[in-house]
Amino acid sequence: MAKASMSGPTVFGRLGAWAAHHGHSLLSTLGRLSRAPVATAMTVGVLGIALALPAALHLVVDNMRALSNSWESALHISVFLKPGVRVPEAEALATTLRARDDVGSVRVIGPDEALAEFREQSGFGAALDTLRENPLPAVLVVAPPAGITSPGALEPLRGEIERHAAVDFVQLDTQWLQRLFAILAIAQRGIIVVAVLLGIAVVVTVGNTIRLDIQNRRQEIEVTKLIGGSDAFIRRPFLYTGFWYGVGGGLTAAILVAFALFAVEGPVARLAGLYGSGFTLSGLGMGGFGALVGTGALLAWAGSWVAVGRHLDEIEPT
Amino acid sequence: MIQFDRVSKRYPGGYEALSDVSFLIEAGEMVFLTGHSGAGKSTLMKLVALLERTSRGQVIVDGRNLAGVKRSGIPQHRRKIGIIFQDHKLLHDRTVFDNVALPLVVAGIGHSEARRRVRAALDKVGLLDKERLFPVVLSGGEQQRVGIARAVVNKPPLLIADEPTGNLDPALSVEIMKLFGLFNQVGVTVLIASHDHRLIRRLGKRHLMLDHGRLSDRPLHGDGETFDG
Ligand SMILES: Nc1ncnc2c1ncn2[C@@H]1O[C@H](COP(=O)(O)OP(=O)(O)OP(=O)(O)O)[C@@H](O)[C@H]1O
Ligand SMILES: [Mg+2]
Repeated sequence: MAKASMSGPTVFGRLGAWAAHHGHSLLSTLGRLSRAPVATAMTVGVLGIALALPAALHLVVDNMRALSNSWESALHISVFLKPGVRVPEAEALATTLRARDDVGSVRVIGPDEALAEFREQSGFGAALDTLRENPLPAVLVVAPPAGITSPGALEPLRGEIERHAAVDFVQLDTQWLQRLFAILAIAQRGIIVVAVLLGIAVVVTVGNTIRLDIQNRRQEIEVTKLIGGSDAFIRRPFLYTGFWYGVGGGLTAAILVAFALFAVEGPVARLAGLYGSGFTLSGLGMGGFGALVGTGALLAWAGSWVAVGRHLDEIEPT
Repeated sequence: MIQFDRVSKRYPGGYEALSDVSFLIEAGEMVFLTGHSGAGKSTLMKLVALLERTSRGQVIVDGRNLAGVKRSGIPQHRRKIGIIFQDHKLLHDRTVFDNVALPLVVAGIGHSEARRRVRAALDKVGLLDKERLFPVVLSGGEQQRVGIARAVVNKPPLLIADEPTGNLDPALSVEIMKLFGLFNQVGVTVLIASHDHRLIRRLGKRHLMLDHGRLSDRPLHGDGETFDG
């Protein structure tokens, strides 16, 4: 105990020196990088692009998923009745349907209403005026109860409605949605593959840059080994250099993604406006930003570890 | 301080650079190592600094058998030895001050303490006024003195120098050797490999002579000169 307390100050002194050395290495590696701005910018730029690509693709899929989720709430079955069916009959059918558990609401659109709606939305007003009689059937719009979001859950209901005598045909407007989901799932897998490949590219790029750095500083490494520099001491500036490359690459990627987002924001808002939707693009957010920079730093750190592990031992003073 | 016990060193090519070498250098001694080119002087120095390993026999430095020093222990071992090279091995992108400070940085010495010690070392070699310069602008003798300052800044108990005056004119050589003598006077063990027989004779210190990898007990012969001291 007495011994420990006596050695306390020197232990703290050493810790302080150690921390100071780490801080110093971090700053001095940053300083060294800033003294070769062109080379540093090129490396950081390459890393930024490699990191931005999967991040941007991920955002695209994320946004499409959010968008399709908002469409899902509009899940419904359009029931087209046979041409001769009148509104009272349609109302009667609607009433029986409303009694079911798996039906939330039923709206009846009579032929006249349907024609008015069509006239308004299609712009064929003048052409429709030439028609002697209304060709449109009555339609029931059947929506599932709140909480049902999967298109598959509507399949049994659709089958039953289809067999009803007054029903001409039934349209479940979800097949394209299901396809979209399937495509999104594939896209997501694809992004993982792209992300892994580009992640490897980041590791290799940084590894190669650090390898060249090690070769250029061969003499310094030799001398440091000669005067008793430990492996950890010699490794440190290279690992920190890799770390800074990663942080720089991550920041660059975040900026690139922000720019891309900014570029498509206007058109997307206009498109959403056309669909009467208030949908807005979501960006990286703080979490995404942190993940991007963190991933960059981690991958680059790993790359410099590989280079350092492979090439530092080769340099022995003679 | 340094003990060689029947040491042989065979290089990978099969050439035996040292054969059955035994000697003892006590702590506080100053010893010269001489021999023709290729006699094995550098090889012997490298064994002391663990730049090479023995093929046979034992090397004991400061009471420690070097066969027991693992790779991870080499840095700690080298910190006990100040090594001086003929070609200085200074870092040209760093100032004199930073070059001399390197062993302290490596050993994790705090900034203010390091500063004090670097200035003390530069003062000893007479280069305090050049601490901000870069090595390239210094003369050969000054560069060698920076190398010496770097070797002693950590106050190692042992200094080894491989032909420290090889490129210097006679007057500068004497100056450098005197410097080593000063460190020896304060208790540092010094081992110097040198071709310069005249200089060694003048200093009157013990010497070991290598001949084709073997220690020889032939007396020093001056380069055509007679010894008159
Ligand atoms: N790494 C090596 N591989 C193979 N042979 C070597 C190696 N290093 C040295 N040698 C050989 O060992 C012998 C002794 O070399 P060493 O460098 O110890 O001699 P030296 O006495 O220092 O000579 P000089 O005075 O010229 O510096 C030489 O014949 C040299 O060719
Ligand atoms: Mg030699």
